[in-house]
Amino acid sequence: MQATDTHAHAHGHKGHSHDHHEPGFFSKYIFSTDHKVIGVQYGVASLIFLFFGFLLVLAMRFQLANPGKPIPVVGALLEKLLGSDMAPGGNLSGDLYNSFGAMHGTIMVFLAIVPILFGAFGNYVTPLQIGAPDMAFPRLNMASFHVYFIGGVVMFASFFTPGGTARSGWTSYSPLASVTDLANHFDGQTYWLIGMVFLITSSLLGSVNFIATIIQLRCRGMSWMRMPFFVWAQFVTAFLLLLAFPPLEAAGLMQLMDNLFGSSFFLPQGLVVNGTALAVSGGGSPLLWQHLFWFLGHPEVYVLILPAIGIVSEVIANNTRKPLWGYKSMVYSAMSVGFLSFIVWAHHMYLTGMGTKVATFFQTTTMMISIPSVIILTALFISLWGGSIRFNAASLFALSFLPMFGIGGLTGLPLGFNASDIYLHDSYYVIGHFHYVVAPGTMFAVFAGIYYWFPKITGRMMNETLGKLHWAGSLFFMNCVFAPMFIQGFKGMSRRMYDGGTTYFEGVDPTALSLNKMITMCAVGLGVAQLPFIINFFSSIFVGKKVSSDNPWDATTLEWATPTPPPHGNFASEPVAYRGPYEYSVPGAKSDFTPQSEKP
Amino acid sequence: MEIPYTYKARPDTGLYNAKVGIWLFLASEIMLFGALFSAYILLRVSAPDGFWPDVALAWPRGLLNIPIGTFNTAVLITSSVTVVLAWAALKMNNFARFRWLMVVTVLCAFAFLGIKSFEYNDKFSHYVVRLKDGKAVTGHLEVNGKHPGFWNFADQWNLGRLEAEKVEHIEIAVDPARDIHGHVKHVEGASHDHAKQKIATSDIAFLGSYTPATHPFFAVYFLITALHGLHVLGGALVLAYFAFPGAKMWKTNPEQFTNRIEVGGLFWHFVDLVWIFLFPVVYLL
Repeated sequence: MQATDTHAHAHGHKGHSHDHHEPGFFSKYIFSTDHKVIGVQYGVASLIFLFFGFLLVLAMRFQLANPGKPIPVVGALLEKLLGSDMAPGGNLSGDLYNSFGAMHGTIMVFLAIVPILFGAFGNYVTPLQIGAPDMAFPRLNMASFHVYFIGGVVMFASFFTPGGTARSGWTSYSPLASVTDLANHFDGQTYWLIGMVFLITSSLLGSVNFIATIIQLRCRGMSWMRMPFFVWAQFVTAFLLLLAFPPLEAAGLMQLMDNLFGSSFFLPQGLVVNGTALAVSGGGSPLLWQHLFWFLGHPEVYVLILPAIGIVSEVIANNTRKPLWGYKSMVYSAMSVGFLSFIVWAHHMYLTGMGTKVATFFQTTTMMISIPSVIILTALFISLWGGSIRFNAASLFALSFLPMFGIGGLTGLPLGFNASDIYLHDSYYVIGHFHYVVAPGTMFAVFAGIYYWFPKITGRMMNETLGKLHWAGSLFFMNCVFAPMFIQGFKGMSRRMYDGGTTYFEGVDPTALSLNKMITMCAVGLGVAQLPFIINFFSSIFVGKKVSSDNPWDATTLEWATPTPPPHGNFASEPVAYRGPYEYSVPGAKSDFTPQSEKP
Repeated sequence: MEIPYTYKARPDTGLYNAKVGIWLFLASEIMLFGALFSAYILLRVSAPDGFWPDVALAWPRGLLNIPIGTFNTAVLITSSVTVVLAWAALKMNNFARFRWLMVVTVLCAFAFLGIKSFEYNDKFSHYVVRLKDGKAVTGHLEVNGKHPGFWNFADQWNLGRLEAEKVEHIEIAVDPARDIHGHVKHVEGASHDHAKQKIATSDIAFLGSYTPATHPFFAVYFLITALHGLHVLGGALVLAYFAFPGAKMWKTNPEQFTNRIEVGGLFWHFVDLVWIFLFPVVYLL
């Protein structure tokens, strides 16, 4: 018996030199080069960061609604951990509020959403969907996760530096970022910059790997226009990360020099801080930082949304049992979005005094980029037409992604126009706008993806009832949190006030302030609405219903042609793509789906 | 399943994986250095009046040593030629020739870094003194009869330290005067060697060596050249690895080894190319 087993195993791994080698814990889970394990590593790490980022904003929201009242439970803990000047009497001091705001943004964007979309889903699904055995450079892939993890640790450690963590916003505008903490040379901002260098390196390794994999490792028959839209989305995203991040790295190095070596890249002449002239040479340009930052910052927005659209496309095609409407125009639109996203960055800077001619140019490109975005969204809406839609947890999240992202996108138009942006800039309207894109938008796609691919990853289904509960709660509370922010923004509430605008609005406009209370309550509700998901996620790993086949959703793409869960090397035999990615309900076919790998 | 095309070219793209990877990496590097060069342009163009170029000192043109820079350019171009010849030698199955060409490449890289550190040293030991009456001089500093240390940043002087240590006056071996284009002014009868000048501390408005803190030009110069230097060092270490310990692969898989040299060579050419842009931009313009 033993002999037969060994024989069969050795036969199955023909060509391997290291046959009977059972990897230990470390090489299996920590130093694994398998793209699926790395995907799961990214997924777990980024979900933890996501939760942490959410807790930061909950503390901020409590203070906004109840200025002067100590934060329940954590207030005392914060005072003990960070000192009474940071959290006096369990309140957030202005500095700590700013720190939490800066780190909420940084963690959510760079440590949670991008890693979960690109690192987790991208890593796990992309090679499977193109029929590849692994990524093109498995060891780089492993290094990418490790560097990301170190970057996360540096960011987290910065909370405990003397003087506290970075507090100049996730955008770290200079000269503010260089002068917030003059007492500490090696301050939280320096940690932030070092952490960012690690994260940028991680994304560089990842993006090179993704593009090389998609170009080189497509299986036989997987021509470009047979690739699932998810792969296209990852492909464009990888280019954005590859080309947009290095300028931020350059800017980060310059700010690091300003902080550590006293240079003046971003410090203008005659800079006065707290009434004393700063002893620097000056001659730098604060605008330069903003240009370099937003050169990353704007493509980053599409890094946050394109993979999400990719996930939603997969889930929608599968659950409407119809091909995606306008697959090719979606692909070309994604490419146009990718290209245009490099020339819209200065629409974040209308109020910097960079000049009306420049502003006009960026206003025009900004309006242009909305066209391909709308094409993609419209194609997805039309894809629903006439489908017999299956309403499971995954598809409910994907379906609600469409209007939520729609609100996020459309509310962006007034910000893209120079004239209206002057009034709305830096108000709660802006917060409402981009959170509609990223929170009910991207996050809903992430949840859809988790419910959709969970059976492939674990071999067990997630509970549908809990999933629907999670969906209903999230949809309701998300809107109750972010929609009132538009009203507050129209009323002129600035996004920077750590007392929730009390000093500004009290006695003037009680509605704006009472909305603060409602938003905070709904934010707590949103947290509670995630409980079914957390319970569902962990319990389903162990006691979820086992999948009856390798393809529980009757899907067409190649990831469902693998064993469940896919072994190292992914496919049992060489996969071949014989047809397009979404052959659902083909007239005359024997079932309502024809997998890509099915011979004609 | 093994990962395909690790060293054999994929038929439809005509490329092996690592070649795609290195080109993508270089694209990202271009964006990195491109951002730094753009920052240099923007800082220089938008500098306040009288600041860049500096009225009192005709700064910062002519501060860098052009002959040394030219020589370094030649060194780097030579290494670029030898690295491609080394790859060609492997293609012609001549391993011995590959090895000595690679050794020359690595030696050139370290020669470049040695010359660069000589230049850095020179900058760190040069000081600028701005006087309260608006005049300014540059040159080698002497405090209490001693030159400040070159590489030890803690040994650097500034006005605050002079005052704290109650130094009453400093001596400076003054550089020859320059015109606004950076050319040395030829004044009839004036001496061109470094005449020593005594300056009282109470007359000084600013004192600093040629470091990033003194002028944005130095900040840009040191940042770009240091980043480029790190690329040279990294490339040299990888090429040295291929020349000796990594060369084992020549026996087991010559095709993959040759590819590795090609990929390493592409990176090396890029490093060379950055310098080709860097040299005119910071030395000549």
